[in-house]
Amino acid sequence: MLSFIVKRIFSTVITIFVVITITFFLMRLMPGGPFSSEKKQTAQALENLNIKYGLDKPVFVQYTLYLKRLSHGDLGPSMQYEGRTVNSIIAYSLPVSARLGVISMIFAMLVGVYMGIVAALNQGKWQDKLCMLIATVGITVPSFVIATLLIYVFAVKLHIFNAIGLSSPKDYILPAIALGGSAMAFVARLGRSALLDVVRQDYIRVARAKGLSKNVVIYKHALRNSLIPIVTYIGPLLAGVLTGSFVIEGLFGIPGMGREFIASIGNRDYTVLLGFVVLDATFLIVANLLVDILYAVIDPRIKIEA
Amino acid sequence: MERLLEINNLKTSFFTHVGEVQAVGGVSFYLNKGEALGIVGESGSGKSVTMMSLMRLLTDTGKIVDGEILFQGKDLVKASEKEMETIRGNEIGMIFQDPLTSLNPVFTVGNQIMEPLIKHRGLNKKEAFNRSVQMLSLVGIPSPEKRMIQYPHEFSGGMRQRAMIAMALCCDPKLLIADEPTTALDVTIQAQILELMKDIKQKLNTSIILITHDLGVVADVCARINVMYGGLIAETGSTKDLFYNPRHPYTWGLLNSIPNHKSEVREKLKPIEGQPPDLLKPPVGCPFAPRCDYAMKICEQQRPPLFQIAPEHNAACWLNHPNAPKTKAPVGRGRI
Amino acid sequence: MEINTELFEKIPKDEKKLNEIVRPSETYFQDAWRRLKQNKLAMGGLVFVIFITIAAIVGPMLSHYNYYSQNFRISNQGPSAAHWLGTDKFGRDQFVRILYGARISLSIAYIASLLNLVIGILYGSIAGYAGGNVDNIMMRIVDVIWSVPSMIYVILLMVILNKPDHPASDGGMSSIILAMAISFWVVMARIVRSQIMALKEQEFVLAAKISGASSMRIILKHLIPNSMGPIIVTMTMSVPSAIFTEAFLSFIGLGISAPQASWGSLASEALDGYQLYPLQLFFPAMAICLTILAFNFLGDGLRDALDPKMRK
Repeated sequence: MLSFIVKRIFSTVITIFVVITITFFLMRLMPGGPFSSEKKQTAQALENLNIKYGLDKPVFVQYTLYLKRLSHGDLGPSMQYEGRTVNSIIAYSLPVSARLGVISMIFAMLVGVYMGIVAALNQGKWQDKLCMLIATVGITVPSFVIATLLIYVFAVKLHIFNAIGLSSPKDYILPAIALGGSAMAFVARLGRSALLDVVRQDYIRVARAKGLSKNVVIYKHALRNSLIPIVTYIGPLLAGVLTGSFVIEGLFGIPGMGREFIASIGNRDYTVLLGFVVLDATFLIVANLLVDILYAVIDPRIKIEA
Repeated sequence: MERLLEINNLKTSFFTHVGEVQAVGGVSFYLNKGEALGIVGESGSGKSVTMMSLMRLLTDTGKIVDGEILFQGKDLVKASEKEMETIRGNEIGMIFQDPLTSLNPVFTVGNQIMEPLIKHRGLNKKEAFNRSVQMLSLVGIPSPEKRMIQYPHEFSGGMRQRAMIAMALCCDPKLLIADEPTTALDVTIQAQILELMKDIKQKLNTSIILITHDLGVVADVCARINVMYGGLIAETGSTKDLFYNPRHPYTWGLLNSIPNHKSEVREKLKPIEGQPPDLLKPPVGCPFAPRCDYAMKICEQQRPPLFQIAPEHNAACWLNHPNAPKTKAPVGRGRI
Repeated sequence: MEINTELFEKIPKDEKKLNEIVRPSETYFQDAWRRLKQNKLAMGGLVFVIFITIAAIVGPMLSHYNYYSQNFRISNQGPSAAHWLGTDKFGRDQFVRILYGARISLSIAYIASLLNLVIGILYGSIAGYAGGNVDNIMMRIVDVIWSVPSMIYVILLMVILNKPDHPASDGGMSSIILAMAISFWVVMARIVRSQIMALKEQEFVLAAKISGASSMRIILKHLIPNSMGPIIVTMTMSVPSAIFTEAFLSFIGLGISAPQASWGSLASEALDGYQLYPLQLFFPAMAICLTILAFNFLGDGLRDALDPKMRK
């Protein structure tokens, strides 16, 4: 088990390193520097700025400098906003996004698993059809469409919720549904098909032949086996929540990382962009690692095969 | 001898979207205490469905249409689900064909053996653990304490089947149903498992129903045998009766298709031609008629009743009617 | 029991009837097609997909409006006889723009999916067939690409490829296709690889090798055709994913640029004024949703139909 974890951590570090490198060099390919679009600069002023931010040095030197700073946890200064560092931008925007993200995830998992169970246990009946209908809508309708619809119906027309901002806990509801909607749908479908598969297995029949009650058979024996495919999905689920946040935050006026990311694209703010990508990638890769470990805990067969 | 189990005219069908499949079309037999009964037949003969009906573990589309199942005097067809839950694993234990898939891969073997003990006998964890260890030694698994905390994939096929038997017997059931317990195992392991079952029958006086398609297996363990075909009982009798005086062409076919290792001349294997009947449209007459070398006109028109050959020996074949031509069984005596 | 003696006459066994196979045999694809036909949702999806594709190709030619002429006098109108779906803020006919949007969105989706298919199959079959170290290295690369959400790569690539000062003549279509092709082939590669790894141990492959077939031939002639089931399903499911990605990109301003229209950019343009003119957002959004839905139903149906475990 331990060697399994160590090996995974090792490949995780390498992957993060590769991602950073690729992104860094991709950044350099972007047309126009951060200072080329906006104000009219004199050639001298431009050169001064470039020197200040080290943009005049050869690319590889910049790269090594960046790595050096990164090892200290310093993601560099923002190029667009005078006097702000990437770290500070992250400091105020990350908690906002994280809160929303976690709430969406919990919503997606809990509601999704519950729906999946209900659908599987009532296969063919109206509960199944209803749950699957909701799930289908969740998958096919893009999150930004759901968001716009929700805002239109609940905020504009019915005035139940605020459209913009996160001033009260109630304001988390709509964005969480929009953000977690498609994830919940996937989990519901996965859970349903996994449970249906599991219920057909011999060991379930054996469990019932031992005289265990239907509840015990489902919630102890069947569920744990059904969770395996769901756990493997958590990785992509997190990724989806992350990317979905770009649009959702914009639509709901939430001052989180997603909004800053979009802004930095438009601003060609290299350091911020790079910092965000590095952060996101690291987060996801680590999350995948944790999921793999969790997977090995749930399914004892995995330990040996690693 | 007392009758532990009595099944009368059991009919079970599966109601699928293509129609009603009559898997069991009227089956009656009994089992005495401490007795081993074998049920032999090919796939689709209805043997497993009969047992699943007994345990009331039919899948969604299956339903017991008629008949009664008297277990210790109580009709299981009418029992509630809760009552069945107290019987399963407790009064009746069952083991299945594939030990590989019959154990839940995410729980330890010990956990799975302890479950019925905790539920039915009210034992606490420690007591259940000890009893489980006892059971594992009873079925011949070495170092049982170590094995308790292992997972199914760490056991070999034969050991898994032994663990299954331990699991089925841990609450001391009156009846053990074994549905093709050795089909998925090597021949040598097969022999061990069968020895184990005979041993258990003797030590614990458990009644056994052994389902298989292999006549050889049944001859070793069982005192009486039912031969099933097309959802009906073709012939029933003691092992001796069936091997020395079989009176149904299907039984003859089964006996003839066992390779004779004693023969000095090279013989061709004699299979039974044809396919099992389509139970969606069950035939009017005898289900075996299309494949039978001795079929008569009446065989296609009327289903044969069980004719008595000897006390405790019956065969559902028109050849046993007084008016039928005398036919000698085309099998050597005592082939096994 | 009194029974007529003549009933006990023997009848001959009908040998031919005995071995008659009850149901006619079918090939894998015939069986799958039959099952697919039974699935109403999947057939509905198929019909819709065919319909919308034909509409995209033929539709704009049939209308006398085009997608770029502006006419401020009739801007922001609702549906009418002259303009079936109304007009947008520049007075352009919505119906035609949605059809043009279909052309662009669907072309992007189809081409990108096709590219993903080809790259994915090549990569996956080589990795799966070669095995060992080659497979290891190739899969490490896949892991690296896989661990970052493709969307981020696509966004970055779009930012690089798009020059906002000189919009490309095709509105950025080739950039989007390129970006998607680079990022999404991973899924297909993985599926193909796992299929090939499962199949290559089977005996028919050994038989082919013994009869002297080259690796390329084995892969192309034996392994890939036998993996067609999951390949078809994955490809069907990658189309809606491409549509979604394109819509998403357009929504955040990185997609198709004006005056070219894709469904995503139509939705994006309609966003500002949607509280006043919700229909302008509604129609492209519906187009996106219905198409994605149709492909999902079709894909689900195909998955069920092509699953050999469900063969009766």
